[in-house]
Amino acid sequence: MVENRPWVTFFSHLVLILGVVIVAFPIYVALIASSHTLETVLQGRVPLLPGGHFIENYTDVLVNGIGASSSPPISLMLFNSLVMAVVICVGKIAISIIAAYAIVYFQFPLRMTCFWLIFITLMLPVEVRILPTYKVVADLGMLDSYAGLTIPLIASATATFLFRQFFLTVPEELAEAARIDGAGPIRFFFDILLPLSRTSIAALFVIQFIYGWNQYLWPLVVTTKQSYYTIVMGISRLVNVVDIAPSWNLVMATALLAMIPPVVVVIAMQRWFVRGLIETEK
Amino acid sequence: MHKRVIFQDKLLPYLLLAPQIAVTLIFFIWPAWAMIQQSVLREDAFGLTSNFVWFENFQRIFSDPGYLQSFEVTLIFSVSVALLGLSSALVLAVMADRVIRGATTYKTLLIWPYAVAPAVAGALWSFLFDPTVGEVSYVLHLLGVNWNFVLNGSQAMLLVVFAASWNQFSYNFIFFLAGLQSIPKSLIEAAAIDGAGPGRRFWTIIFPLLSPTGFFLLAVNVVYAFFGTFGVIDTVTRGGPAMATNILVYKVYSDSFRALDLGGSAAQSVVLMAIVIGLTVVQFRYVERRVHY
Repeated sequence: MVENRPWVTFFSHLVLILGVVIVAFPIYVALIASSHTLETVLQGRVPLLPGGHFIENYTDVLVNGIGASSSPPISLMLFNSLVMAVVICVGKIAISIIAAYAIVYFQFPLRMTCFWLIFITLMLPVEVRILPTYKVVADLGMLDSYAGLTIPLIASATATFLFRQFFLTVPEELAEAARIDGAGPIRFFFDILLPLSRTSIAALFVIQFIYGWNQYLWPLVVTTKQSYYTIVMGISRLVNVVDIAPSWNLVMATALLAMIPPVVVVIAMQRWFVRGLIETEK
Repeated sequence: MHKRVIFQDKLLPYLLLAPQIAVTLIFFIWPAWAMIQQSVLREDAFGLTSNFVWFENFQRIFSDPGYLQSFEVTLIFSVSVALLGLSSALVLAVMADRVIRGATTYKTLLIWPYAVAPAVAGALWSFLFDPTVGEVSYVLHLLGVNWNFVLNGSQAMLLVVFAASWNQFSYNFIFFLAGLQSIPKSLIEAAAIDGAGPGRRFWTIIFPLLSPTGFFLLAVNVVYAFFGTFGVIDTVTRGGPAMATNILVYKVYSDSFRALDLGGSAAQSVVLMAIVIGLTVVQFRYVERRVHY
């Protein structure tokens, strides 16, 4: 604070509170709606205070799914999302850290070719090449499987660059000392580099977990069996029901359940998340 | 680019790179290549033979009014999302940088929408603005606004812009706040001693120093609006009403999976790919500038 201007400070708080309220408003309304019966919600205007059907609604979606949209139980969709998010996130980190290790610590033919090949993936978002990628996955017989949901998404230029950036800042003396002490490249990686990378891994974990959890288009095209539906892709099937009004109270309960895991991860790991986000863009 | 001290091993680096490169080649490069090939071919009605037709598919899509409309819609959409998302994030970041009491709490309460999936954000906003049961629609009807985004194209556009900016807001906020915190306090203090008030300090010192962050975020936001908002569009409007929110990425999807015009949709994808490449280049240029002010 450079100077004391009580009115400006007051105004700042006012704007911030307003911002927080606007940001939180959709969630508040969703929370309220999910605690009422469908009849109450459809009467025209959602009440602004919670009703008494909170536990009932949540148990209903978790165990039975939403009848009107003939969706599988939400607990199954949550489980699939968890599998997808964790496999993508761990897979991305694992294959990127070893790729970055090879690029930084070794000298070999085609090193730069590999680097650029990984770089190009930044320019090929899945939305752009959706049909041909779908075909490749279909030809490999990976539709309706966890492998099909995850493996095509685990290449990561962002993670590779972040690790590369980090490895470049690790003092050369460490590798030198390790070599003099007789440690080979694998030993050096596991005993020295991996423990040093803990913060980068934590930061990437948050970002990639959210990336994996929030995938929408990919699960939409590669799954046709309900047993592989993820919760985020399931949302649109619940909202866009034909002919009847969506069961908004249950849809909102599902929407809240779909956002709890990633929001918890972001808030619990806020420090690493903010750092990681800013680092990955350097 | 690499270390002075390196390990000597002929095979190991390839083994380490193999998983990443394999996934990249099979699921990125190969489909992209297939797409480029498809974009210059034309298949007969049964998909049995295909002819090389040069750029006929591109000519065809660019003379299609539906495609040109989709281009226009995408431009309006992405510019609105970027402007709304950036300006609101800038205002709140400046305020959050100013206050001392409760700064961390505000920050926590403002960053979490980043974690919400675009499709979920779409569901939340379409409920809020639902013409019959929505909370906000109720107020709008009281105010005499004939709100029905299911039928009215501009209202549908407004709604997807709100939902998408709400979703992207946190990202912008985090970067602006980091940018603000990296501005040396001595500069601000010097200006204050010279008699510049908060407004003057903002426009003559803070804003110019933040502009590289701003340009970088502009590129990121446009990329987000072009490609990341698929889930918003699909849950809120499905491109409708009357294609009023049919952004390019949504059109590629519906043309590929519903209309099955292979050559045309491949040509559309190639155009989109060119756009991503352009935007990525812009983004990297500004990143370079952002690092050394």
